[in-house]
Amino acid sequence: MANYFLDNDDIQFLFKHIDLGELARLQEDGFVHANGDPNGYAPHDAADAVDNYRRVLEIIGEVAGDVVAPNAEQVDRDGNTHNSDEGTVTLHPLVQENLKRLTQADMMGFTLPRRYGGLNCPCLVYTMATEMISRADTSLMNMFGLQGIAETIYAFANDEIKDEVLPKFARGEVTGAMVLTEPDAGSDLQAVRLRAFQDEQGNWYLNGVKRFITNGCGEILLVLARSEPEIADGRGLSLFLAERSERVKVRHLESKLGIHGSPTCELVFDNTPCRLIGERQRGLITYVMALMNGARVGIAAQSLGVAEAAYRLARTYARTRQQFGGPIERLPAVAEMVTDMKIDIEVGRALCYETARVCDLENNNLRILEMQSRGQGSLDKDEEKRRKQLSRSLKRMNGMLTPMSKYYCSEMCNRVAYDAIQVLGGSGYIKDYAAERHARDARITTIYEGTSQLQVVAAVRGVASGSLDAWAGEHEKRVYGDPLLDGLKQKLIEARQQINEAVQFVKSKGPSQLDLFGRKLVDSALTVIMGHLLLGQGAVDERKKRVARRFIERDLAALRMNCERIHAADTAPLDEYALLAGPVPVAN
Amino acid sequence: MPYDSIVCVKQVPDTANITAEAMKEDGTVNRGALPTVFNPEDLHALEAALALRDEYGGTVTVLSMGPPKAGDVLRDSLFRGADRAILLTDRRAAASDTLATSYILAQAIKTIGRYDLVFCGRQAIDGDTAQVGPQCAEKLGIPQITYLQEVIGVHDRSIRVRRNIGRGWEIVDGRLPLLITVLDSANRPRPQGARRVMRMKRAKVPAEVAAEVKAAMPNATDEQRAAETDRRVAALRQSGLLIEQWDLDRIGADLQRCGLAGSPTKVHRIQAIVLTKEGYTEIAPTEAGVGQMIHELVVDRTWG
Repeated sequence: MANYFLDNDDIQFLFKHIDLGELARLQEDGFVHANGDPNGYAPHDAADAVDNYRRVLEIIGEVAGDVVAPNAEQVDRDGNTHNSDEGTVTLHPLVQENLKRLTQADMMGFTLPRRYGGLNCPCLVYTMATEMISRADTSLMNMFGLQGIAETIYAFANDEIKDEVLPKFARGEVTGAMVLTEPDAGSDLQAVRLRAFQDEQGNWYLNGVKRFITNGCGEILLVLARSEPEIADGRGLSLFLAERSERVKVRHLESKLGIHGSPTCELVFDNTPCRLIGERQRGLITYVMALMNGARVGIAAQSLGVAEAAYRLARTYARTRQQFGGPIERLPAVAEMVTDMKIDIEVGRALCYETARVCDLENNNLRILEMQSRGQGSLDKDEEKRRKQLSRSLKRMNGMLTPMSKYYCSEMCNRVAYDAIQVLGGSGYIKDYAAERHARDARITTIYEGTSQLQVVAAVRGVASGSLDAWAGEHEKRVYGDPLLDGLKQKLIEARQQINEAVQFVKSKGPSQLDLFGRKLVDSALTVIMGHLLLGQGAVDERKKRVARRFIERDLAALRMNCERIHAADTAPLDEYALLAGPVPVAN
Repeated sequence: MPYDSIVCVKQVPDTANITAEAMKEDGTVNRGALPTVFNPEDLHALEAALALRDEYGGTVTVLSMGPPKAGDVLRDSLFRGADRAILLTDRRAAASDTLATSYILAQAIKTIGRYDLVFCGRQAIDGDTAQVGPQCAEKLGIPQITYLQEVIGVHDRSIRVRRNIGRGWEIVDGRLPLLITVLDSANRPRPQGARRVMRMKRAKVPAEVAAEVKAAMPNATDEQRAAETDRRVAALRQSGLLIEQWDLDRIGADLQRCGLAGSPTKVHRIQAIVLTKEGYTEIAPTEAGVGQMIHELVVDRTWG
């Protein structure tokens, strides 16, 4: 009887600490839907909505703890089955069982509007749920966490497609896949070659190969394809919806280091019928970008989940393993590892949930503006203008926070999962414990949905162009009335000045420098942002105050080092690449 | 072909989480101090009924006898997919033993009227008698199959099931209507459905509404409270959120067969069994030693 919501003090703390009532009010348009709601489950007020969210999280916490987690080891050992003759995949029976339970719990239309059978939950609540599922089985998150596909269809497809497909998602009858990557188009999606063409009646078809497609055996495929062969870059790409059929085959199922429950497919499209989503040529530049942003928050949550699972193993082992006449947690080296792991998870969670919260603000603001543009809104001119401005600033903020979350949480979970093995020692290296599985599962998070290096490229723009200042500026105004917290805040204010000086210095050296020193700038900015988030938590909780102190003092030292290295302007990795990297090894 | 099922469920003290206050000084269960839960095997009975409905269609009605607080297990049943919920609550039913309880439940089931199957959990964790289900079947005059492990299939008016008889399986056919008691190994209860939770979390029995009104209007007269209760009950009924509440009159029960009067069971003696360790036996780590140990365990019925 495990419940991954009720047994997690930090998630419960944040559930209370973050103003979910305010998010609910936005999400539910001030609760106007409760009257005459044909679905019968629209919330009446903020307390009602927050109570719904809590109940939803309790249910998924139970499914995660009682059903998914006990299945995880077997799923990892067996994986899924490729039926090469038919070009299909049979999911592991326990994966099917997990999905069935999630469907029975109504969890497969988590954020979809009620009219499609969804729960209409905010992204923040979905993020919490994603984390819990990932803690139970990191690979299952790839199926639970693909609900962004339904969201993308909801945001950009026409009503006919939406009415047909979305209720199937909510009923758990179908799962989806984002079909983007190709053998020669990975991080660089502008190079996608898979062809989309029309017959004389105007029907669309797909031809070509896609690779590394998570859940590519799913029923609904969102495919990025070149509809304009004469345009070589991203503007020649459109987004299509193809359904599972004889005309799309799984040619290969990848054998991977981790997340064995998640089927990673190579797909062959052979004149596969499909339908256009939205408008031509906006596939990559608008739709996939939106899809990826949501998915990145999902990977951050997935990272938190696997980190939490690894940490719990390590924490328990450090207490119960006796060496030198006592538990190993009394050894300074182990104590430091364990506390660092815990603090890093908590700051990652603070950042990820803050990002999800800002996503909710942005999504709902866009929704209101879109209603207005369709003539269904009630905004006056000034309000509309204010909301448009707000949209722009929220978009910029998310443009920084989303890649930061994905980058920080995925790197963090790899550290935590590796340290968990270290705490368990030899026991961590053998398969009797889940520690090695967590480390293998964690490894993908810094790679897919955009590598850490690409997240840094996106995040550093925000750091260098004012988003950090805008976000931190708001938090610097706070007065805590507590000498410790106010003192720490002062240090964070000074740290931001140091970052800005470093940014100015890097900019003065030319554009390639921003890429070379990007990671150091983003790491420094993360210290400031996460530090402020912890101060806010510390203001209402004594333990969090101690967490804030430890984190800020610890990471400001790293920030100073980063800034010093930036000012040293050592460009040897570029200038002396051939010399330092040595010759390319000759194949034997 | 669709089948209508009735599931008997009970709210019980959570004996898995006993605290120091679990027992009163006189040795009886201190129900007030114990958290309550859905009797575990009844959840499996509900799941068996819901799974049958998923496959063949029909309805699932959940019936519980207990205090107003038992509204919790009825709401939980609705959240998991039950179509209808009835609470049988009546002070005159207090202190019923298994004979009286099965009489009352059988009367309620007759009052519900049409049904094809009655599902009960094998036994409740507070009494562990496993008598109420079988006694209900006797009073209803229908066949019973105990220890359900699996429903193999239903065809027309006949059901085929696999029952667990401890050392093996038995495949049995039965004629509907019939009563089945379900083991916890039979299935895995489904989780609550979030949409159903949001829709039905305000569902209440009238007795709960009355208690709520009493708490909200401490200084009002009985008439004022009754009027407010009626108003709230009507509003719940209007929105389809009223859990039906029946009393002994509603089911035409003979009061002599209910409660204390209808309960011939007398507790003769309560024996507290404390398992203690007395000495030890050394077993030689050889084939012969282990064989001898197994033999002894079988002979003294510790094993097998």
